[in-house]
Amino acid sequence: MNLAIVDVGCGNIGSVAIAFERFGLTPRTTSDPAEIAVADKVILPGVGAAGYAMDEIRARGLVEPLRALTQPVLGICLGMQLLFEASDEEETDCLGIVAGRVRRLDPAPGRPVPHMGWSKLAVDDPAIGLADGDYVYFAHSFACDPVPETVATAAYGRPIPAVIRQGNWWGAQFHPERSGPAGARFLEAFLAS
Amino acid sequence: MPARRIIPCLDVLAGRVVKGIQFRDHRDAGDIVESALRYSAEGADELVFYDIAASAEGRSLDPSWVRRIARVIDIPFAVAGGIRTRDDAARCLDAGADKVSINSPALERPDLIAELARDFGAQCIVLGVDSFAADGDYWVKQYTGSPQATRDTGRRTLDWVREATGRGAGEVVLNCMRHDGVRGGYDIAHTKAVADAVTVPVIASGGAGAPEHFRAAFLDADASGALAATVFHDRLIAIPDLKEYLAACGIEMRR
Repeated sequence: MNLAIVDVGCGNIGSVAIAFERFGLTPRTTSDPAEIAVADKVILPGVGAAGYAMDEIRARGLVEPLRALTQPVLGICLGMQLLFEASDEEETDCLGIVAGRVRRLDPAPGRPVPHMGWSKLAVDDPAIGLADGDYVYFAHSFACDPVPETVATAAYGRPIPAVIRQGNWWGAQFHPERSGPAGARFLEAFLAS
Repeated sequence: MPARRIIPCLDVLAGRVVKGIQFRDHRDAGDIVESALRYSAEGADELVFYDIAASAEGRSLDPSWVRRIARVIDIPFAVAGGIRTRDDAARCLDAGADKVSINSPALERPDLIAELARDFGAQCIVLGVDSFAADGDYWVKQYTGSPQATRDTGRRTLDWVREATGRGAGEVVLNCMRHDGVRGGYDIAHTKAVADAVTVPVIASGGAGAPEHFRAAFLDADASGALAATVFHDRLIAIPDLKEYLAACGIEMRR
């Protein structure tokens, strides 16, 4: 399988690549639109800030090439947030593939921000390799609106979409590469899609 | 809160895991990859690796052992030790670390915190604080990796954690020095004061010796996680047993 990890110049894509190597794959990390277009599957990773990431995506001429993808694409954490229309983080216009906005998490007593650690999922679609009660690892200060495309949800003061699916587009707010066996099941389901 | 985290801390010296008592007299405690695998398999929620000599020796940690760990485990881990520039942090994150923890270099140059948070996000940036009690207050120490280099900063701990989280640190690991390695329990009152002073997760560190100490860190100090070394390295507490006990106390655990 030809797997491309989109290099947006930020974040720890090292651990994402390693997670796929555990499946015997050799992912290609690239920002070349042609290479991304021909991949069987595409990963849009992301750690860092939405504004910085979108600046990098624009600077590399990747906005339209990414929007045009028809093969399965998985956005992870910030990569999922970039699929939405806009983010409160630095008032950023994102890729606009999924209708909805990314909003700041508000801290409250007993609910620090970032939302950091292992949270329990409620899962609506067993085809994503996850089940009700699975714990997966989150590390984020912003979260997407609970859109109809949500297929797994965590709670953190409000419902947090943990996984969305819209056609070929997958998004994971959590870090499957750092979520133990549950994360591996999710990645396996994506690779099988 | 998410499930409370149990976080074994591995002190690293020359690529090996070591353990000292109150930051002194280090002895060998095993291979770094074997230790990472063991804790991951036992149900640790996260790991922290400190290159304890890096900051005092004026160098950054070696990304080659970070990569060795990243290859074998599938739980999050943070690394610490002499990270004083954006490029130092980028090397660790590229090698597969999920977070970088900064302590002495953040005290040297607090702007470093904002620079790292801007490029990598607050959730990547952990502030390590070595706090000690004196004159009726708590104060921050610097360069604690080496007894000869350790010095007072003159900063009050609560002032420093407020400033540093305001600058973008996404988590605080609060190490209470008098409690470190002596297994008498976490400093609950001080940990609670820090948790109340900031809006980011606070990790209790220093002094864990019994399951009840973890219980107090979560129920009485509002810690998001509890970090320990000796009790895990010396197999005085097994993580599965600890999690079972804490769950029975009504604390949410990932099991």
